[in-house]
Amino acid sequence: MGQKHRFNVRHYTGFSFMTIVCLLILYLPLLVVLVYSFNDSLSITRWGGFSLRWYTELFTGVESAKFKQAAFNSLTIALSAGVVATLFATAAAIGMVRGGHFRGKTLSFGLISIPIMVPEIVTAVATLIFFTSIGIKLGYASILLAHIVFCIPFAYLPIAARLQGIESSFEEAAQDLYASRWQAFRYVLMPMMAPGILSGFLLAFIISLDDFIITNFIKGAGVETLPTAIFGAVKQGIKPNIMALSTLMLLFSIVIVTLSYLIGRSDSSKATH
Amino acid sequence: MPDAAVSIRGVKKNFGSFVAIRELSFEIRDNEFFTLLGPSGCGKTTLLRLIAGFESTTDGEIFLYGEEIEKLPPDKRPINTVFQSYALFPHMTVAENIGFGLRMLGWNATDINNRVEQMITTVKLDEFSHRKPAQLSGGQQQRVALARAMAPQPRVLLLDEPLSALDLKLRQQMRAELKALQKETGITFIFVTHDQEEALTMSDRIAVMSAGELQQLGTATQIYEEPANRFVANFIGETNLIDATIHSVNGQQVVCELPGGFLLDARIDNSTAVNTGAQGAVSIRPERLSIVAPDTSQQPTNHQGDHSLLNATLIDTTYLGTDTIYSLKLTEDHNLSVRVQNNNALGSKAIGDTVTVCVEAAQFLAQ
Repeated sequence: MGQKHRFNVRHYTGFSFMTIVCLLILYLPLLVVLVYSFNDSLSITRWGGFSLRWYTELFTGVESAKFKQAAFNSLTIALSAGVVATLFATAAAIGMVRGGHFRGKTLSFGLISIPIMVPEIVTAVATLIFFTSIGIKLGYASILLAHIVFCIPFAYLPIAARLQGIESSFEEAAQDLYASRWQAFRYVLMPMMAPGILSGFLLAFIISLDDFIITNFIKGAGVETLPTAIFGAVKQGIKPNIMALSTLMLLFSIVIVTLSYLIGRSDSSKATH
Repeated sequence: MPDAAVSIRGVKKNFGSFVAIRELSFEIRDNEFFTLLGPSGCGKTTLLRLIAGFESTTDGEIFLYGEEIEKLPPDKRPINTVFQSYALFPHMTVAENIGFGLRMLGWNATDINNRVEQMITTVKLDEFSHRKPAQLSGGQQQRVALARAMAPQPRVLLLDEPLSALDLKLRQQMRAELKALQKETGITFIFVTHDQEEALTMSDRIAVMSAGELQQLGTATQIYEEPANRFVANFIGETNLIDATIHSVNGQQVVCELPGGFLLDARIDNSTAVNTGAQGAVSIRPERLSIVAPDTSQQPTNHQGDHSLLNATLIDTTYLGTDTIYSLKLTEDHNLSVRVQNNNALGSKAIGDTVTVCVEAAQFLAQ
């Protein structure tokens, strides 16, 4: 009844049309990849019936060893970079949110968040120049190092947002009840921050897993992550096994992002009181 | 003489250029229900935070049972706090919240359990010990906060406007419970509030604060009946403040002259010395005024001497059920508000009538 008078975006002319167009642009390519990964044909445009052969080939075919190594690199780098970046980001968030007013606070905040806005290619070139000029050997370690660094701002955002929602009276209450600073952090602040920390970690993890540009610049010879391996394979023409691999990565990302969203939402309502 | 529970000596606190506490010196006695009362921004919460150790003083010292505590961090002071927002740990159950302080003090599990159970019973939360704070009502959360702060048996308990989030009925009930709890445990309570009714009903002594300074320290009766200055008279209850000049002084009794030439007996605070001719104001509580026989204004009554009667014109009446408020005009610039219990003895008065009011108690406040 009263529904009619309330503001509702659905009442704009062309709302449904625009929605459908946007959704198609965003998701049709992904849908094509998903569907054709099950194509029983070597062609990437003609449907030749349902099959799991490209998935089988991915795990057992001639390129499987290369992809397995790349997947191992990607996962271990994402995991380590995620953990380390989260530690740094947590420390940074506590310093920024709980540190009171200090000189250069605004500057510090800028320095933490600017890397998100800097064009990635710039970061990639700069990192490459930096690494070669100080003599770091390009390879697994240089990728890990770079990933840790660019993941910090991404991990920082959800952690700082969570911490901002926690009144400082909780830590004061803990200290008032004879907890040392460390104990107040360990038993009160950290459990209350946990959803933010976890979602910061998952974000950092997925950003690292997904990174191509920086990795491609600094990976050195012979070391591949999944994105660079896929890029390398595609250069010689798109084979359906790439579609299978992309589909698996897509599903994995969706799971992680959904998890991150659910954790962030789960008890944000409890954070205040 | 035993040491005071808390002794505040020349304490000052600035936040940057903002002066939160100008200078305070007073003592809070052992086993006392002590209230810091004042409007928001008067420095009462700052003082509480200084005692708890969340802030450090700009100058001055705070002693706890004779021991200087300024250098001790909050976790080393045998003082616990009930926070305004309760600050219950959301990820812990009621029992874990109450036991937290004991756990940090390193008590063993059995002792913690016994003490927690005892506290849960004291605050009547037996069925709720395994719930999380979010599953409790405001009143129940308040009890958990209280039990958590009292479990480690602190020597001093600080309460920062703990009742302000509760509805009126619950607030009144909690007042009685808090008072009883204080008597029962013998812990010194330092209670911060801006609610004068709360302060008057619960406290052994009240410190009225304003603008970072102590305005008056005394029992509820002293503060209400003998306010030390205009601020206290105005802040606590309702009052008529009328400009006055001292006519004669006799110890703590003075006769002062009111606008319109009336002479009135009043008392002065023992800390104020005044001379004849001193300017100030008299504070007269509306309920300490009564309307005596109408139109017989010149008749002396059996009240204290001659200087207790005033003539005034009735300009408005407000019926409040049990009482009626009569608004009177004393002179062009001065009105009087009189609160009289309704008992039919007074008869009806018409607006514009001249009435005689009898002043039962007045306090002279120096400028």
